[in-house]
Amino acid sequence: MPRILLAAAAICGVVLPLLAGHAAPLTELKSLKLDVPTSDATVPPGPGADAVNNNCLACHSADHLMSQPSLSKDQWDEVVHKMITAYKAPISPKDATAIVDYLARTKGTK
Amino acid sequence: MQSSDRLHPPMSRRRLLGAAGAGSLALLSAPLLRPAWAQSEVDLHAPGGPSMRTVTTAYPQKGPMIVQRSSPPWLETPFEVFDKGVFTPNDQHYVSWHWATFPSEIDVGTYRLAVRGHVNQTLSLSLNDLLHGMPRVELAAVSQCAGNSRIYMQPRVPGAQWANGSMSNALWGGVRLKDVLDRAGVKAGAVQVRFGGLDEPVIPEAPKFLKSIDLDHARDGEVMIAFAMNGEQLPLLNGFPLKLIVPGWCGVFWVKMLNDIEVLDQPDTNYWTSTAYRIPDTPNATVTPGQKDVKLVPATRMPPRSFVTNIHAGDTLHAGAPTPVRGIAFGGDCGVARVDLSIDGGKSWQPAQLGKDEGKYGFRQWQGQFTLPARGNYGVMVRCTNSNGVAQPSTPIWNPAGYMINTIETTHVVAA
Repeated sequence: MPRILLAAAAICGVVLPLLAGHAAPLTELKSLKLDVPTSDATVPPGPGADAVNNNCLACHSADHLMSQPSLSKDQWDEVVHKMITAYKAPISPKDATAIVDYLARTKGTK
Repeated sequence: MQSSDRLHPPMSRRRLLGAAGAGSLALLSAPLLRPAWAQSEVDLHAPGGPSMRTVTTAYPQKGPMIVQRSSPPWLETPFEVFDKGVFTPNDQHYVSWHWATFPSEIDVGTYRLAVRGHVNQTLSLSLNDLLHGMPRVELAAVSQCAGNSRIYMQPRVPGAQWANGSMSNALWGGVRLKDVLDRAGVKAGAVQVRFGGLDEPVIPEAPKFLKSIDLDHARDGEVMIAFAMNGEQLPLLNGFPLKLIVPGWCGVFWVKMLNDIEVLDQPDTNYWTSTAYRIPDTPNATVTPGQKDVKLVPATRMPPRSFVTNIHAGDTLHAGAPTPVRGIAFGGDCGVARVDLSIDGGKSWQPAQLGKDEGKYGFRQWQGQFTLPARGNYGVMVRCTNSNGVAQPSTPIWNPAGYMINTIETTHVVAA
């Protein structure tokens, strides 16, 4: 048992400083080529779902919408118009109405 | 906390795409559109929901991460990581991108950092110039999204629904921004320095993500350009190969894939600096929902925070017996002066012991113990006071964008 403890201590003595960031200074960087996952999921079907899928998902995945809290229709209207004015989302007035209605229906407050 | 399918191996990119095609009908009906590469779920206990999120290892160079948004990625550090030490492992350091268009391939031989604008000499620095041509510095610092913990703000607000894991601490290695600016030679009349990376908006008319800081701040000797993170090169999703480190300031300033530094002779009017990331100019950035005519100011310096990491909400503890407690704290824009604990709703506080100081801008571990006197329900409260004398408030914080939450955390437990 003492021998095991000593061995463990020796290992820790070597490993812990490395974990704490005291490794040898970085002398070169290596190029990266990686695959970053995306999502092609669409929002649950219903009135306005096409408008959501065709506009909102151009910039962000559907899980962003589905994880949002329940908000009032006025709040959703504000969010959608922020996308249009601040982030220049090219959403037609007709689609904007459909998107607000969809969000108010699926993510609305009663 | 994690469900039974955590042992499933990570899916390859090819498998992801194939599964997504074949499984599209199932995806439509799944709550929260659980992606085909989902591995387990975590319950974030969002007031009013939705609370469940996927935990995945599908992202390159990343271990298990909570998916707040698949694309552009918002990946949250699972909270149990914070109990393991003050330095967040690179493969679980949180990830947050504003725009989906950023490269997944970086050639270190051709990468250049431009320094331009109101300078004597425009520079085009290679990575070798930075690694081998300038003095090197190291600094521990917490990166935290301004919207960390937004999911717990009530009433709820839109935006990234972060729980407490859009924060991470690392030992950053790199060069001082001051040294880079001095090499270019800042001209008289310069007022701000603006930073840009390789990420681009999907819609060309949309505002490119840029952030600026004042020239004096840029030359304070602490703001740095990092190429090392805990002794290794940065993961791609954390901004490889270069990231701006602005110690004590919100993560939004920590520009990733940094390739452009522009010295300005006028205040920056870009959307992200002049309009976005605003908080009320009120104590604790707090207003009443619906309150009008509030002066807004940029979200910049972080306030202090602290968390219990070894005891979880709903845990049953022994009444009448000492219970060891530990966690992490950070001072925000300065160091941690003290951490105090309360088990009586904040009526009395006892000091916790602070662990090793790894740097004033980093996480500081703390520990202590308490004895719950009798059976019943208790709240374990933890409060950090920073070295500027600022303590976490006991009152709820609310503002329309969900920024700067730092209310004292309470962990509800049962003594039996």
